[in-house]
Amino acid sequence: MGRTVAIETLKLAKAFGDVKAIEHLSFQVWEGEIFGLLGPNGAGKSTTLRILLTLLRPTAGHATVFGHDVVQEPDRVRRLIGYVPQERAIDRFLTGREHLLLLGSLYHLPKDETLRRIREILKLVDLEDRADHLAKTYSGGMKRKLDLACGLLPNPKVLFLDEPTLGLDVQSRLRIWDYIRRLKERGITVVMTTNYLDEADHLCDRLAIIDGGRIMALGSPAELKAGLGGDVVSLTVGAADMDRVESLAKSLKAVPSIRAISTKPSGIDIRVESPEKALPAILDAANQQACRLEFIEYHRPRLEDVFIAQTGHAIREEFPSGE
Amino acid sequence: MARAQELAMRDYVQEVSALTMRWVHRLRREKFSMLFTLVQPMLFWLIFFGSLFQRAANSEVMQAPNYMSFLAAGVVVMTVLNNGLSGGVDLLFDKENGFLERLLATPIHRSSVIISRFIFVMTITSLQILVILTVAYFFGVHPATGLLGIAVVLLIGMLFGIGLTALSMAMAFTVKSHGDFFSVLGFLSLPLIFLSSALVPLSAMPTWMSMLARFNPMTWTIDAVRPLILSGWSQALPRIGMVVMLLLVFDALCLYGSTRAFRRAIG
Repeated sequence: MGRTVAIETLKLAKAFGDVKAIEHLSFQVWEGEIFGLLGPNGAGKSTTLRILLTLLRPTAGHATVFGHDVVQEPDRVRRLIGYVPQERAIDRFLTGREHLLLLGSLYHLPKDETLRRIREILKLVDLEDRADHLAKTYSGGMKRKLDLACGLLPNPKVLFLDEPTLGLDVQSRLRIWDYIRRLKERGITVVMTTNYLDEADHLCDRLAIIDGGRIMALGSPAELKAGLGGDVVSLTVGAADMDRVESLAKSLKAVPSIRAISTKPSGIDIRVESPEKALPAILDAANQQACRLEFIEYHRPRLEDVFIAQTGHAIREEFPSGE
Repeated sequence: MARAQELAMRDYVQEVSALTMRWVHRLRREKFSMLFTLVQPMLFWLIFFGSLFQRAANSEVMQAPNYMSFLAAGVVVMTVLNNGLSGGVDLLFDKENGFLERLLATPIHRSSVIISRFIFVMTITSLQILVILTVAYFFGVHPATGLLGIAVVLLIGMLFGIGLTALSMAMAFTVKSHGDFFSVLGFLSLPLIFLSSALVPLSAMPTWMSMLARFNPMTWTIDAVRPLILSGWSQALPRIGMVVMLLLVFDALCLYGSTRAFRRAIG
């Protein structure tokens, strides 16, 4: 395909004292794609991002941004990147415009160029009206827009976003997604961390699932889901027949078009080759075992299923649905 | 090559002045709290404390015509102390809310952030010293060495302030939370004032206190500022020579410590 490598890491590792934050992290990001680092809190996503941003030195391994090593040539890297931090890293006592003017000077832009970019970016993130108000009067969504504007001011080749929609309401989330897609259209490479499955699924061209400081899976959401093999049929067993779940699971193992079976307290999740063939067999088996089914759900594999299959646990313990 | 250096210099000036202007913008926005927390307490010391002890203080012990003229030098250096020790606070907040990382992800020289803070703190401190000396003037304290003397007072104040600000930044980059920072600050500042020649001369102190006060950089600084206000050049010059050397060592140590703390903090 001859795609340009925007970012490359090779056996990247970072330890804080005895604690290994990341280990053996190797991946590539292509120019112009939206690349996601998906994982639960503490998985090592932010550490990875901070190394790429030249804010942390890796304990081992290498990382380059457009061929420039983040440790050897940090200044070259800094000129290519924009950063949207996770915290609302905003100076409450400055206006939105003052934030952008400050950054213009820190990127050593001439004044008229800074002003031109500020006009353009404020329009893009839809913050023109409030640009001259103090940041402490901004809502969460507006602060996020300002964050994004700050990240875009250097006209970066790569934009790093740390949990871009954390804690935002649905409206603001969708709007931020929309901005990110527009950046991609402008040819900007986007690298983002997220612990929202739906965000990774809808937004990212490719993603790395990170857990415990290691990459567990890497690919496009579609590839990852296809790699899981087959669709998922979820059976919910009636309360009276709970004790039959095990025997039903055992008898299903003989069905040829079934690839994997996992039991849960209320029923069984079955990954099937083709639902048309598997479904009658499943119903037959349930009938034979005299196991009454309360609910049958069928769906294509979701990123959630990929995550559980790759890491052995859900991304969050209690599952506040991201949809 | 010379051209490249010139460009690098221009970039450096641009980033340092932008970062310094950020502090100025903030000051303008927080002017009420700034006015009340920084300028006023020091004036209270001068006016109220000075007037309270005007008669209680023995002018022979003080070696001054009146207590307020003795106290003026102490209040000037206390201003330097307070501003210096709290000079790192804003960087601490920047570190805590992630703004510092945003700055450090830009192609700026790492020292710009710190230098901008020095410039700002020193400028504000100098302005406050001028306010204090002006107020003192209206209370009859006329500096013996005139305007040139005042310039030297500012210079000595800056020399002391740089070390203190560096110390404060070192602390800001080291502490785990700003609660720790403020408790250390609160703990340090009063003993440093009481165990110095700010309020009474060492000769009037109990022996154990004057022993400790002798090692206090506050004392060195005050003892150089005071003759500039009270007596004149002939008494001031030897002390100035002495304090400049001592403060240069003090500054070097503090700067070394803060550079190390900064390097460690930014990984």
